[in-house]
Order: sequence, then structure tokens, then C-alpha cells
Amino acid sequence: MTAYILRRLVAIVLTLLALSVVVFVVIQLPPGDFVTSYIARISGSGESIDQATIDALRAQYRLDDPVIVQYWAWLKGMLVGDFGFSFEMKRPVSEIFASRIGNSLAVEMLAVIVMWSVAIPIGIYSAVYQYSIGDYFATIIGFLGLALPNFLFALVLMYISYVWFGVTITGLYSPEYMNAHWSLAKFLDFCSHVWAPVLVISTAGSAQLIRVLRANLLDELNKPYVLTARAKGLKKSKVILRYPARVAMNPLISVVGWVLPTVISSSFVTAIVLNLPTLSPILLRALLSQDMYLAGALILFMGFLTMMGTLISDILLAWVDPRIRLGMAGAN
Amino acid sequence: MASPDIHEPAMSSQVEGASDYIPVGTESQWQLIRRRFRRHRLAVASLWVIALFLLVAIFAEFLSTNDPHDVQARYTYAPPQRLHFIDVQEDSGWRIQPHVFGYKVEVEPEALRRVFKIDEEKKIYVRFFVEGHDYNLFGLIPMNRHLIGTENPRDPLFLLGSDRLGRDVLSRLIYGTRISLSVGVIGVILSLVLGVVIGGLAGFYGGFFDAATQRTIEFLRSLPSIPLWMGLAAAMPPSWSALQVYFAITIILSLLGWTELARVVRGRFLALKGEDYVSAAIYDGASNLRVVLRHMVPAFTSHIITAASLAVPGMILAETALSFLGLGLQAPVISWGVLLQEAQNVRVLATAPWLLAPGAAIVIAVLAMNFVGDGLRDAADPYNNT
Amino acid sequence: MPGKDNQTVLQVTGLSVDFHLGKATVHAIEDVSFDLRTGRTTCFVGESGSGKSVTARAVMNIVEPAVIREGTITLFDLEEGEELNIAALDADGPKIRAVRGARIAMIFQEPMSSLSPVHTIGQQIIEAIMLHQQVDKKEARKRAIDALAAVHIRDPESAVDRYPFEYSGGMRQRAMIAMALACEPDVLIADEPTTALDVTTQAEILKLIRELQDRFGMAVMFITHDMGVVAEVADDVIVMYKGKVVEHGQVVQVFHNPQASYTRQLINASLGLEEAPARPVHGQREKPLISARNVSLNFPPQRSWLGSKGSGVLALDDVSFDLYPGEILGIVGESGSGKTTLGRVLMGRYQPQTGTAHFSDRDGNSRDLTSRDSFRDKQVYREIRMIFQDPNSSLNPRMTVEQIIGEPLTVAGLAKGKDLRERVAKLLSRVGLSPGMMERYPHAFSGGQRQRIGIARAIALDPRVVIADEATSALDGSIRAQILDLLLELRDELDLSIIFIAHDIGVVRYFCDRVAVMNSGKIVETGTAHQICDNPQNDYTRKLIAAVPRPDPLKRKLMPPVAAE
Repeated sequence: MTAYILRRLVAIVLTLLALSVVVFVVIQLPPGDFVTSYIARISGSGESIDQATIDALRAQYRLDDPVIVQYWAWLKGMLVGDFGFSFEMKRPVSEIFASRIGNSLAVEMLAVIVMWSVAIPIGIYSAVYQYSIGDYFATIIGFLGLALPNFLFALVLMYISYVWFGVTITGLYSPEYMNAHWSLAKFLDFCSHVWAPVLVISTAGSAQLIRVLRANLLDELNKPYVLTARAKGLKKSKVILRYPARVAMNPLISVVGWVLPTVISSSFVTAIVLNLPTLSPILLRALLSQDMYLAGALILFMGFLTMMGTLISDILLAWVDPRIRLGMAGAN
Repeated sequence: MASPDIHEPAMSSQVEGASDYIPVGTESQWQLIRRRFRRHRLAVASLWVIALFLLVAIFAEFLSTNDPHDVQARYTYAPPQRLHFIDVQEDSGWRIQPHVFGYKVEVEPEALRRVFKIDEEKKIYVRFFVEGHDYNLFGLIPMNRHLIGTENPRDPLFLLGSDRLGRDVLSRLIYGTRISLSVGVIGVILSLVLGVVIGGLAGFYGGFFDAATQRTIEFLRSLPSIPLWMGLAAAMPPSWSALQVYFAITIILSLLGWTELARVVRGRFLALKGEDYVSAAIYDGASNLRVVLRHMVPAFTSHIITAASLAVPGMILAETALSFLGLGLQAPVISWGVLLQEAQNVRVLATAPWLLAPGAAIVIAVLAMNFVGDGLRDAADPYNNT
Repeated sequence: MPGKDNQTVLQVTGLSVDFHLGKATVHAIEDVSFDLRTGRTTCFVGESGSGKSVTARAVMNIVEPAVIREGTITLFDLEEGEELNIAALDADGPKIRAVRGARIAMIFQEPMSSLSPVHTIGQQIIEAIMLHQQVDKKEARKRAIDALAAVHIRDPESAVDRYPFEYSGGMRQRAMIAMALACEPDVLIADEPTTALDVTTQAEILKLIRELQDRFGMAVMFITHDMGVVAEVADDVIVMYKGKVVEHGQVVQVFHNPQASYTRQLINASLGLEEAPARPVHGQREKPLISARNVSLNFPPQRSWLGSKGSGVLALDDVSFDLYPGEILGIVGESGSGKTTLGRVLMGRYQPQTGTAHFSDRDGNSRDLTSRDSFRDKQVYREIRMIFQDPNSSLNPRMTVEQIIGEPLTVAGLAKGKDLRERVAKLLSRVGLSPGMMERYPHAFSGGQRQRIGIARAIALDPRVVIADEATSALDGSIRAQILDLLLELRDELDLSIIFIAHDIGVVRYFCDRVAVMNSGKIVETGTAHQICDNPQNDYTRKLIAAVPRPDPLKRKLMPPVAAE
């Protein structure tokens, strides 16, 4: 078990390193170094910038050094929490992070929780009552969830609540609570806002999870051990929950590994449409204005979140699946 | 010893796995696949829907009622006109004659803005094969005929309403279909080339190359795709032309989209390598090339087609999302995502909900493609009768 | 014998089970009647699809999606004197659930997939105990350990907390039996419990079931397709064919005076070790065709980037043998003995680390089969051909029979067009199939017919050696005999040498001239078929031979002799 987790940890560190290289390449992609284009933009808008600041910036990012050195300086900064400086927002990236990361995590975690608590019972129902009306209904909803892009769903939701109920469902807090300290009232206000993004983000994910769980469970339902359990005298419903559903859950946990990237992707788009105070709109602005250091740090950070989620799912999987826990993954 | 007249039980055993289909035995793989696919009614219907979309994409110019770029400042946010077929005349009874009604302008008292209302007084007759804006059919044949249009070219015809600049939503939607579908299809073709080559090599040679490919695929799949796509898309120089952006976006999408196809190809390759009939072909003395082309490729073509058909909707959704966020295709190129950019503001939506029409097109197209993909997946391996 | 012996505990009359497939109805079993008596074993035999497993499941009333159309299944409570008609109960109701596991228990063919992979053996047994007995968890655990001890699992206190995948195949089946017998049922249903096991393990499990039957006095309903096993364990025999009972009687009578012609065919098709070939031993001794010396093959360990696990597997350990022209050499061994690997080495699939295997080809050149170069010009593939075990996967489902059989001819450039069709037609009639079937695809054929197609492909190039890798083990008894006879005919006609790889030593005496016995990568003994079967020298060979059941209840080896009636 320890060896397994250790292996996963090393893999994740390597993956993050690879991602950092990709992100750095992306940062470097726009023509000209960013300080130059930053100066160009500033002077384009009529402001001026003094030479000392420019020199300081160039030195800080080692723009006159070889690319490898630049990369290393950037990476080292990331490791000690210095994510760079946003030229667009004129604030350190870490400061921007701190103000928004809580919201991002809250929305995404809520979405994951909702996704699972919706998908598991529906998936089990669909498999056990295959081809029933409920199964067809779940399948149709599932297909719709896959076909409806997040941003469109968010738009439609926005439209409906505005036209039918006269409510705008953007943001996570009403203006009066925006900068207030946490209180019960603020929490309730948060709840009254957060349902919309959570609904949008979890729909697509649930649809995928239901399909996976249903397919896994259908496979498992025909396994001989189900017959064994029934031959013991267990009730059919109990058999299903205790055996095939339990076995089908394992691949579902490993699915977290690829559901998380989807969740982060879709929360990204949704957050922009619904104008949530999360990291996503910042990333979009950074990208649109080619504020590449901020964008790079954000992308890397999102990758990091995904990796952590994957790690948790790996550990969870090892914990629930004795075959992995005992290092017998290949022994089927 | 056993007498030769023992009746051997037929393969479709009495109990397990009995199938309602008794094989005649002379049907080829593709005939079996077609037969299985046809049983999937939703998939068959969806195939027709997709065919319709393709026709729209191919004959976009002919089908559009207006020039999609034509700004008609007189008609901003004009609501959709209903197409009527029966024309009731005051004196001579009724006749079949398609027509729409014109618009009248009203000023909303509280908001003080102009609003278009359908004016049942103004009848605008609609004719088939009318002359309209010029275009080149298939990019070659200069033409100016359109499927339908108004008798008088100056009369408005907005079957799905108009946008902020008075452009016809229907015509834009039709042109957008071409771009959005082609991004999906070209993107998948590119991914397919990458996926088949990389996955095939990994599956065939195994060893280090396979391990490296596997790690790369795992790496790419563990990343949140949209932020990364956006990062790449944002890095495009702003000076690029619309065509360059179009191809760049397609390439970006397929750069991250080939992994699934490579996984399928590699998986099938490895599974087939272990099949006895492939060993048998080697022992028959067939060359490597013949083993691959004659014995392995036919076994996974159907799987590749399935994977590819399931990848197209993903590409379309990705393009739409990117364009919607302003990082993908840019105006004046028209794609479904670009069109939906117009609908970002909830107040605009409340005034002109018809701007969501491209959304309906996306959902229908993606649904249909998913159904077809599902039907293909069920039919792809007609020899596993489980 | 215990007092409650030979009383009827279960009586089945007129049982019929139907499957509804769309509009069609398939009668899985029809009008089946029998009774099970305490202390006695009733064997149900028949080939695949004969309805024997359905009958077993009907007794438990677990037949979904099928339905019990008519008939009664009466379970007698011998102590209380009560009766219960299982067929009339709600399939998921409390009454039938009180019967399952407590009064009727069941074990299955695949001990691995019949146990949940994510629960320990203990959890699964304890669950069964707590369902039917009013005990607390601690007591249930104690009983589970006792049950494991009763099936001779070593160190039951720690074995109880292990997972099925930590057990070997034989141990898993023991654990299944422990679970089934934990509540001391009156009836034990054993559905092909030894089919997936090696023959020596099979002997142990059969003995164990017998021992427990003597101890608890339950009635055993034993389902199998192997007439040898029937002869060993049965008191009564029921022969099923296409869902109907065709013969029902005591074991000696069924074997020695069968009434139904189908029973006779089954018995004739079951090859015992006694049947000697009524033909001279083939093969000249002068110059071997293939001469393998000191072949050793080590599969490297699986490597991961944290270092390698273990030291690999020694699949072949210093293997030497000769194959003479015209002889049939059997290579027998249990699973994992390396026999299949040996066949693949000869086909150039693996290159062993040490040793040579010289093959003298048609032109008199000697080629070393352990070297990749010998296969480069494809000549070896024309002279040494292979027949595979699984007739389903060895024929490309996407090619017609004509293309499959014609492939070696096409590749070698020997025939095409009309010529090819004629040669394929000839080959088809040679293996007993109609040439008119040429245009069909493999899925239109039965298992035996497919194996004939595989043979036609093998002999298409007029080979000198055929390697048959378990070529008959996927086939039912009667079909197996036909395929063996076909191979014998072809051997005489085409002057073939055959290497016959098999786990079933019973077939070997009938079919082979000489036999090499393999155990964990080594050839432990070589000799003529007679010598190996009648007078084995090596300990392992002796154990192997002793474990093979004989299809004659009067000559039992594993079980006590049949009691005189």
C-alpha cells in the first residue's frame, strides 16, 4: 500500500514537472517577450513607464538569460509561492489566488459531491432495472447532459430564471455580502447562489458517471458470484448492493481521475458565463490580454488541483480494492 | 469409438446465449454490422439527422435566405417571422402561396427603445429559387439562386429573427453549420491520423515506445482540457488571418484529441496480437505487412470508425466553447460558438431569445452524433453475441 | 452408515423451464423428474446445452430470466416431517431464502469468479452463517474457521481473513465448499465443480466432497460432462440430452447396460486409460525429424520503473526430446507445466536462451528452430503446421472458409482463382465437410466443424509435422473422438508426425505412440504410451495417472467401490 502511494506520488511530481514545461512553452509562445508587449500596450494606452521599472522586470524574470534559466527561475518562484506578477491587474498573482481560490474549490467540490450522490443511485437503478421506463429516462437525461455544453446550459438557466422568475443568477454572493465576513446570513446567501453553477457543472459529469456505473454494473450482474450470493439465501436487492454494486464501484472511483479534469474544465466555462468570483474569469482575462505569467500560473495550478484529486482517488481506490492494496493488481 | 452419426449440438445452444438471429453464414462483417446497426432505431434516425446537417453544410449558400454578413441597420433584433402557406384573399378565397408578414416599429414607453412587431397588414410573398446575393456553389460555380427568398429583395425575411446588427440569424446559423461541422470533422481526421499512427506503432512494436506513448497519453488525459486549449489558443498571434486561426484551432483541438483514438487503436492492436487467428496467419507464412493489413486491420476498422464518430461531437463542443469565450474562431468567421457570443448577456437574451437558436443546433447535432456512435459501438463487433 | 441415509430429501416431478426470447419460447428443460436421497450422489451428465445446469438452478428456484413452467420440487424436512414445494415459491421471498444456503447449498465451476473479489473468504462465509443461524459475529467467525478446517485448508485462523485471489484454484474451491456446507445443508448441488481444475486437484476435491458427504450425510446433486468423474463419484446417474432425461439408473447399470443410444455414445466417446490403440506403434527410429536438446526458456520478470519484480519464470527447464517420422508424440502436463510454451518455441514464437531444436527439412537441411533465422524464408511454416485449442478464436471471423483455408496457399503463391477453389474444396471434403460451405464465415459452424476447418488449413500445404495444442480440449466428448479419429486417418494418409499437446492424459493412450510428461518446465518422463500409462516410473507421473478417473464404476481408483446392490 505504502509502496503504491509512493509510486503514485512520484508519478504526480513527474507529471507536474511535465505540465510546467508545457505551460512554460505556452507562456513563451506569443511573439516577443511579454515585458516588451506589456510596454507596447501601456504606451498604446497613453501611459508611460519608466526605464527603471522595465529593467527591474527584465531582471526579475531573467529575460536576458537563456530560456532554461528563465524556466528555472519561474519554477523556483512557483515552488516558494511566488507565482509572479500580473501586469494586467497590477497585483502579485499569489494575492489574486488567495482572494478567489476558496470560491473555486467550494464550487468544484460541491459539484463533485452532487455528481456522485446523484449518479450512484441512478446508475444502480438503471442497471438493475435495465430497459425500464426509469432507465430510458435516465439514459435520455444522460445523453442530454452530454450534448448540452456547459455554457449553453448556464445561458439557458440564466434566461429562464430571469424571464420566468425575474432573478439574475450570476455571482456567488449578493453585493452586500461580497466583502463581508462569514456569517450565517452570508452562508445562506451563498447557498442561494451556488446551486446554479453546481447544477450546471454536475450535470455533464453525472451523465458520464451514470453511463460508466451502469455499464460496469451490467457486467458485474452476470458474474457467478452474484449467483453464489443468492444461493446463500440473500435477498436480491441486498445481493446487488453488497456484491456487484460494491465491485462496480471500484472502476467508478478510478474514474475520478478523469472526471476531475472535466469538472475543472466545465466549472471554468460555467464560472465565466455566470460571472462567478472564482479563478476562472481571471484566467480568461489573462488569456485574452496575453498576461501570460498569470495565465500560466493559473493553468499550472488547475493542473495541480486535478493531480491532487487523482491522487486522492488513487488512495481511495487502493483503500477499497484489496487487489490493489495487496499489490495484486494484475492477478485476476 | 464414436459412431460418426452422432448429432452435434448446434452452436446456438438451447440455453445460454440463445440468439434470435440464426446465421446463414455467408454474410460479411459489414453486412452483419449493418444488420445490427439497423436494429438500433434511434441511431438510424440520427443518421438521417446528421445527413441533413451535412446537406445544410454543403449547400449553405443555396439554403441561406440572406447574406450572413449583410448588416441591415433598419432591422436590429427583429423577431422571427412565421412562414405561412395558405394565403387567404379577401375576394378570391384561398390559395397555397407561402408568405410572411412584415414588421412595424413600436417604441416601448418605459424603456424608450425601438421594438419590432409583426405587422399582419404587410404581406411579403416568398418564392422558390429566387435570385439573391451572389455566391460560388462548391466554391466554383458562380450562382445567385437561393432556395427561398422574398419576391422583392428589399423586403425583410428573418425566419429566425435578426441579431444586434440586423443580420439574419437563420442564414448565419446555416453558414455556422458548415464551419462548426468542418472543424469537428477535420479535427477528428487529424486526430485519427495521429492516433492511428502513434497507437498502431505503440501496439505493434510495444516496448519502450509503447511505454512512452502510454505515459504521454496518461499525462494529456489528466489535464483539464479547456484551460490548456485556451492557453494554446491565446498564444496565437493576433495578426493571424481568419483562415490561419481556423486551422490553428483545429490543430490545437486534435493535438489534445488524438489520445482517445490512439488508446483505442493500441488496445485493439494488443488484443488482436494475442488472438489465435493472428498467430495462425503468421504460421501460414504471411508477411508482417499482410498480417497487419489482411488479418488485423479489418478487425478494428469498425472500432476506429466508432471511436472517431464519438470524437466528432467532442470536437464540436470544444470549438463551440472556445469560440464562445472569444478564444477560438473570431468574427467575421461564423461558427455556432461565435454566434452564441452574441447571446452572452442575459438582458440581450431576454429581448431576443432567438439568438439561442445555434444552441439548439449544437444540442441536436451532438445528440444525433452520440446516438450514431452508440449504435456503431453496439454493432462494431458482430461476433460477440453476448 | 449414519441413520438418515437413503431417505428421499428432494423430489422433482415433471419439471419444465422455459426461456422467453422476444416472441420465441425455448424449452430449456422439459418434464424432468428425479429424487435425491441422503448420503447418495446423483450425477447429471450431458454435453453443453443439455439443460443440466438449468435443472440445478431450478432446484434453488434461481432461474431468471427463465421461468418454471410446470412441475413440483418437493423438499422434505426429515426431522419435522414437513414438505415444501420450492417451485411454487416466490423466487425472492423469505421462504425460499430460508431454504437456500441452509437446506440446499450450491458450488460452481469457476471458484474464482464465484467468490466476490473484494470481500475476504471469511466475510463471505460469515455472511452465510449469520443469515441462517442465530449467532453473533464472534461465534459465526469461529464457525467459519471450523468450516475452513473441515475442508482441510491449512492455518484456517489466518486463511479466514484472506481474499480469494490470494488462494490457489483448488483452495478456492475448498473455500466454496466450506461456505456451502457451513450451515450443514441436506442437499449439496455441485455444478461442474472440478471442470476448471487440474486433474490432480480434481481428485482431491472429489475426495473431499465424498468425505464431507460421509460426515454430514447430505444428498449430492453432481453435474458434470466427464464420464470418468461420473463413474468415480455417482451412485445414481441421470443422462440429459436437449433438455430431457434420456436415461436414469444406478451407476453400474448405466455404464454396463445402458438403455438409451445416446448414453452408449457418451460412454463410447469417453476415452479411458485402458483403451489401447489397436494398431502398431508408428514411427521409425532411425533419424529424428525434430531433435530438441537442453532447451531452456526464461521469461524475464515484469519490469517497472521502481525495479523488477521477482526473477522471472523458468517456463522451459532443460527440455530434450526427439520426434520421429510418422509418430504421434504426446506432451502432457497440468496448467503451467510449459507444454504450450514448448509448442510455441517450435513455431519460432519464442527464442529460448539455451539449447537447440534441430529440424531436418524436406531438402535434407538441418534448421535450428531456436533461431529466428530458420523461419525467415517461411519454409519451416510450410512443413510444420499448428492446430489451435480454441476453434472460435483460431479462425478469423472476418474471412470466409475459402479464404481461411486458402491463406497458406495464397501466401506461398501456390494457387489462386479457380485452382485455389478446387484445392480448398478437396481439403474440405478431406476433413469431412461439404465443399459447398466454402463461402460461409466461421460463425456459421459448430465447434467441431470449426476444428475441422482448422485441420484443413493445417494440412493445406502438405506438411510433415503438425503441432496440435490442446486441439480437442474445447470439444464435447463425442466430437472430440471424431476429431481424434480424423487426425489418425490423416496421419496414415499423409505420413504426418504429430506433436499432441494435452492436459488430458486419458486421451493420450488412445491417440499417442509416445508420451512426454511435463511438470513445471521439465520433461520428467518419456516413454511409449503404454509404458507411461501402465507402468509410470516417475513420482509425478504416477500421481498424475492415479488422479485420472476411469469411465468404469467397477474400477474406481479414488472412491470406495460401488456397494453391491
